[in-house]
Amino acid sequence: MKQAVKKAALPLVLFAVFIAVWQAVCVKGGVSPILLPSPADTFAYLVSSTREGLLPEAVLVTLSRIFLGYTIAVLLGLLFGVLMHASTAFKSTVKPVALGLQTLPSICWAPLAILWFGQSEAAMYFVVIMGSVWAVCLSAEDSIRSVPALYIKAAKVMGAGKAELFKSVIIPAAMPGILSGAKLGWAFAWRSLMSAEIYILITEHAGLGQLLHFGRELNATDQVMAVMAVIIVIGFLSDRLIFVPIENRMRRVRG
Amino acid sequence: MTELLEVRNLSRTFLLADRGAEVRALDNVSLSIGEGEFVSILGPSGCGKSTLLEIIAGLSPADAGSILYRGVPISGPDRHRMMMFQDAALFPWLNVLDNVLFGLRFVSKLSAEEKQRRAEEFLTIVGLPDCAGRFIHELSGGMRQRVALARSLAPDPDILLMDEPFSALDAMTRELLYDDMQRIWQRTGKTIVMVTHNVREAVCLGSRVMLMEKHGWITLNEKITLPYPRSMNDASLATMAGSILPHMQRAKGVL
Repeated sequence: MKQAVKKAALPLVLFAVFIAVWQAVCVKGGVSPILLPSPADTFAYLVSSTREGLLPEAVLVTLSRIFLGYTIAVLLGLLFGVLMHASTAFKSTVKPVALGLQTLPSICWAPLAILWFGQSEAAMYFVVIMGSVWAVCLSAEDSIRSVPALYIKAAKVMGAGKAELFKSVIIPAAMPGILSGAKLGWAFAWRSLMSAEIYILITEHAGLGQLLHFGRELNATDQVMAVMAVIIVIGFLSDRLIFVPIENRMRRVRG
Repeated sequence: MTELLEVRNLSRTFLLADRGAEVRALDNVSLSIGEGEFVSILGPSGCGKSTLLEIIAGLSPADAGSILYRGVPISGPDRHRMMMFQDAALFPWLNVLDNVLFGLRFVSKLSAEEKQRRAEEFLTIVGLPDCAGRFIHELSGGMRQRVALARSLAPDPDILLMDEPFSALDAMTRELLYDDMQRIWQRTGKTIVMVTHNVREAVCLGSRVMLMEKHGWITLNEKITLPYPRSMNDASLATMAGSILPHMQRAKGVL
């Protein structure tokens, strides 16, 4: 316990010192708040925009977009991964395409998305899905392909048919790889969504990316910094709350 | 009387794609195995003994010849011909009990409670009555092979095929398992076919020992009449093994 407190104390102290110096520079240093808003101003924006409801709404809008877009990307990615496993023709056609598209930075999808779907929600989902589906599908394919042949032999001699083999052996055996692909996909989806929200301008339902964009247009650097902080916190928490528990459980079972 | 298992004029050739060469793993091999026998197939690596076992299990096709099981040609894997491997091939996403239950999943005539009882009974038989809830990574190599044995025997197969089941274990664990294997064989009355390259092991466990040379040719087929239970350190067992050893060495030289 004492050890843990000690371990946590030092970074906290350093962090406090950093904030204090930052605040001092802003107050005494005569730096323009457009270049460097003080931590107090940044915090004040967080409080006021939360009170006005602007920030919580943006968080909700962004979260609902990421969850829906990511869910579609994962389902599509898994479907593609499984189809590649099932059909050589599908695999030899889609895998090179997937490998190529995976290298494309997701922001590059935005112009096409706008041309096809206009400045709309659909365009945003398109960017998110295109940005993350390939990582999910390639790692699903890879982890299904790497399932040890021995597991399949063992299940076959026990009497497992094709469907049972797939459901009860191949998928669970491939699960660690599928999960790390899904995690990678989440990171891509999150980055893609932020690009899309900054790039694709829709006036209603502003997400965090839009708040960032408006902050820049208004030269409201405190808003920009505060929204960035919120984006970081969400990214951090989503990993901690979604993936870390699943990974821990998997590690406990499989060692 | 029809034998339990009859291998008739079996041939299998592998094409080594990278060298364009053909390997005749099995060339016109015939042998028969009676109900309740413990047959040790002894042979140097590369003699085709594992290939033979996989064909008997129905995991691998033959180019020519047939395998009659109770007088009927086999056409694929069947849980009455169970197989164990050098690696225990347990499923790491399931605990010990669920691994044993996996083998029982395809036995339709048992209720869930009967399966549960049966799995626990066989864990007791293999000497692991208190390990039901453990995960696979928490077990030693010997314990894993015991669980694999319980998983193979619980569905009550007619014949158990074992592909070098003890070769990955340390000497002490192996000797303990030899004792248990004899006890379990005598208690269950199963027909067992074990492939090995260890002469003493073959003699210690087998009621019959076959020596297999290149292309699966059987050059020695001897009943071992020493009384059970046998100990690796018995003088008579050592003498018997000693008389077979030169044949094995010659077989190795041939390859």
